[in-house]
Amino acid sequence: MVSVEYAGEATMNEVCYINTGDKKLKSEVIRIKGNVADLQVFEMTSGISVGETVEFSGELLSVQLGPGLLGQIYDGLQNPLPELAQQCGFFLERGVYMAALDDKKEWEFSPTVEAGARLESGEQIGFVKEGLFNHWIMVPFQLDGVLTIESIAAAGTYTINDVLAEVKDEKGDIHQLTMVFNWPVKRAIKNYAERLKPEETLITKLRIIDTFIPVAKGGTYCIPGPFGAGKTVLQQITSRYADADIIIIAACGERAGEVVETLKEFPELIDPKTGRSLMERTIIICNTSSMPVAAREASVYTAVTMAEYYRQMGLNVLMLADSTSRWAQAMREMSGRLEEIPGEEAFPAYLESLIAAFYERAGIVRLKSGDIGSVTIGGTVSPAGGNFEEPVTQATLKVVGAFHGLSQQRADARKYPAIHPLESWSKYKGIIDQKKTEYGRAILFKGDEVGQMMKVVGEEGTSLDDYIIYLKSELLDYVYIQQNSFDPVDAAVEPERQLHIYDILIGILTAKLDFAGKEEARSWFNRVRQNFLDYNGKKWKSDEFNNLEKTISELLDDKKIGVEADAESLWAGESRRG
Amino acid sequence: MQKVYSKIESISGNVITVKATGVRYKELAVVGSRYGSSMAEVIRLKGDEVALQVFNGARGVSTGDEVRFMGEPMKVSFSPNLLGRIFDGSGRPRDGGPELADTMVEIGGPSVNPAKRIIPRNMVRTGIPMIDVFNSLVESQKLPIFSVSGEPYNELLARIALQAEVDIIILGGMGLKYDDYLFFKDTLEKGGVMSRTVFFVHTASDPVVESLLVPDIALAVAENFAIQDKRVLVLLTDMTNFADAMKEIAITMEQVPSNRGYPGDLYTQLASRYEKAVDFEGSGSITILGVTTMPGDDVTHPVPDNTGYITEGQFYLRNGRIEPFGSLSRLKQLVNGDTREDHRAIMDGMIKLYAAYKESLEKKSMGFKMSDWDEKLLTYGQLFEKEMMDLSVNIPLEAALDKGWEILGGCFAPEETGLKSELIEKYCRTKV
Ligand SMILES: Nc1ncnc2c1ncn2[C@@H]1O[C@H](COP(=O)(O)OP(=O)(O)O)[C@@H](O)[C@H]1O
Ligand SMILES: [Mg+2]
Repeated sequence: MVSVEYAGEATMNEVCYINTGDKKLKSEVIRIKGNVADLQVFEMTSGISVGETVEFSGELLSVQLGPGLLGQIYDGLQNPLPELAQQCGFFLERGVYMAALDDKKEWEFSPTVEAGARLESGEQIGFVKEGLFNHWIMVPFQLDGVLTIESIAAAGTYTINDVLAEVKDEKGDIHQLTMVFNWPVKRAIKNYAERLKPEETLITKLRIIDTFIPVAKGGTYCIPGPFGAGKTVLQQITSRYADADIIIIAACGERAGEVVETLKEFPELIDPKTGRSLMERTIIICNTSSMPVAAREASVYTAVTMAEYYRQMGLNVLMLADSTSRWAQAMREMSGRLEEIPGEEAFPAYLESLIAAFYERAGIVRLKSGDIGSVTIGGTVSPAGGNFEEPVTQATLKVVGAFHGLSQQRADARKYPAIHPLESWSKYKGIIDQKKTEYGRAILFKGDEVGQMMKVVGEEGTSLDDYIIYLKSELLDYVYIQQNSFDPVDAAVEPERQLHIYDILIGILTAKLDFAGKEEARSWFNRVRQNFLDYNGKKWKSDEFNNLEKTISELLDDKKIGVEADAESLWAGESRRG
Repeated sequence: MQKVYSKIESISGNVITVKATGVRYKELAVVGSRYGSSMAEVIRLKGDEVALQVFNGARGVSTGDEVRFMGEPMKVSFSPNLLGRIFDGSGRPRDGGPELADTMVEIGGPSVNPAKRIIPRNMVRTGIPMIDVFNSLVESQKLPIFSVSGEPYNELLARIALQAEVDIIILGGMGLKYDDYLFFKDTLEKGGVMSRTVFFVHTASDPVVESLLVPDIALAVAENFAIQDKRVLVLLTDMTNFADAMKEIAITMEQVPSNRGYPGDLYTQLASRYEKAVDFEGSGSITILGVTTMPGDDVTHPVPDNTGYITEGQFYLRNGRIEPFGSLSRLKQLVNGDTREDHRAIMDGMIKLYAAYKESLEKKSMGFKMSDWDEKLLTYGQLFEKEMMDLSVNIPLEAALDKGWEILGGCFAPEETGLKSELIEKYCRTKV
């Protein structure tokens, strides 16, 4: 942290540059007291000396918004990392800042309004094609009131800085519009008509999530878990397979190597839905653990601002932050240097409200155009000692709509994804009829209870009926909740297939089964499990898939003597299967 | 230009303050006392008040001693002349050889641009099944051994170092027992690799703060070799001593502690060292193997806890064995897809069954009757511990996989293994 004496005016969150040697180091005002401003420096601070000068920019910390963001890899302050590498080589030299968007690239612009049209901020004047999407060129979000189009460019090719339109505001002032404008990252973009309730499931293709603890478009969720439990892998899988138009990944304060996997692999991976590379729908904001801490704090805001920007175009955006704890720790480091009165575990007292405000930036909205767009936020949490009773996890749980808690025991036993099926919850609606998922959950719950009991009274002290419930819950866990992300088929399961196999499983879970003893029951369940496992690895509706399904149903018919009484109502309103 | 000041305003712990101007943050200084001189680093500037941390410790420093500012940050000499040499924690010769001063390079330099990293692809074979099969080590990985004192972690470190195919080995010792220092020296000499090894050793009897420089010096040297296309292996033992030295300074500086007295930036500090592990696009690599002893054998202690969140896995060394639970190589999936098609299945399948064995063992210890299934698991678990976990086992990966099938086939019926039918048919020769 650097304190600077200033004359004139200083603004909170204003960007400044410290002149040290031949470098200008970017910083942000984080406290003002009398004529002293405290700055957090977005760079390594070594070599700074007392008496050096500081330039105040008058601008808040902002990102540049416009066509060309998709496919980019930025640091937390929107410096493009590949371009930096071209200029500086292996290392991140400090004090080098580069343009976020390519100002040479030409875009095909199609106007959608005419001179004389009256618009508000956030409304569209035309579009350019950015990869798969119409990238709408909008009236900058900070312009107030009703604006009248004075002139608009004809269809044709333009670069981002060409003037496309002139608008007159209510005071009579003229503003020139290009394809780009800046927006301060710490302010939410709210230029929409109305915020709606998140109701539609956002498909992740992970069975446990879509079926039991779903995420909604425009909703929020968190993934807390001790190290090594699978938070990052879960987000990597989601970033590949989730059914969103655009994915924004904020690699916030964790390993660089993990981001490298994404940024080297995504350009090669083809999205089956669009036939285009995954990178074309992805933006990576990468401020990993050895990059400057202050920029780490900014990085989640940079990411969510871009997410909100694309939402304004009627797109569904999923933003994944790994890990929000590192962002919280960055705030703790700054707060410590400011010598603020610390809260729990030395986190700043305002931690909770900042976390709440961040997740509040998610949401599904109706735009002024009538289109619907959404920002969904999923954040990992890395609690100290793996203990969820800590400030960041607790503050997050208060505001999110779903909780995917990872369990060390499940990871140790290689039960991936290691989401705890009983402790996790979601307030959103999944893809499968709730009565049926409740039934599955109840089996898991009862099976767990029997499992606990068996530890006390032993297997011989457990009744056959209880033992069967236990085996049912183990089966559901093994072949449905667990999913093999490295198997080409099992890695991503379409909703259609989830519905289909869940029904087959429910058929087994609800069946009254006839066994002579526990040994026979165990061995039957082993055989069912084996076939189900092979079945999960077969292509949807292939011959092998159908054959295995037949084997499973034969196995069931062999032992089924009826339906459990508590399951009778499950099919109410549905034509009962044979 | 060097400036000399001869009035020390305050001395507290290992931190001294002087009044001086024109000093830069992180600049190096030399503090001369009648017990010898020590290097010191500027850690705070407030008006004309300069706080320095004294690497040899402030013991014996008096208010009248001289502080000479060097006008530049800490540097270390880098050249091939380093190879085969032994230095202390601040880079001074410990082997009686000449002081090196050619091409001084900065330590604690900027981080690598993620865009210049590549995805690591080379497996480091160790001959230890618990590593090769279950948690493969990968070139450019950063991975500590989690352990407690008394366990053979330094032996394991040296064994892997000798087995790994690398060009250069750098040992960074922090609070290293003198015997352990001699052990490393002997082992690497006998292994015939001393001529491509550099030692930076801070021993248990050296001033605690001096260990603060060791990782930065070792890693700066490693980085310079790596950008000259060398594959470098850095051994850091014991990082808990390094963290404790940071804690000491933080307390002296009256920073608000976050957890058990450790500073709030412990994570960032450790990460900036471990993240030096890298596979450079078109050049060499740095692999970091560390040791993190867990105070009170508690993995939730801030040092192992923060480390686990930073490194790419960890090996749990307990009772002389690498434990399957808690041990993890996060990079294993980058290499174990191209070894043998059954590798991943054996890796997960055997551990799932070992977890079930542990449950049966618990039931047994509580006096419950063992079912047939429990009995099978008990036989399996004992075989697994003897044939796979024991550190004396030294076999190639492929032999270890075969051994895995042999154990599974000897203990279970096919559908009890939870493995896919195709693999069982292909690899499992012994059928019950
Ligand atoms: N779904 C999964 N399938 C298979 N292996 C997994 C899965 N999730 C995690 N793992 C294993 O665990 C390791 C650690 O997972 P990671 O997501 O990096 O943990 P975290 O981010 O919680 O620290 C991975 O490198 C991988 O080896
Ligand atoms: Mg992670």
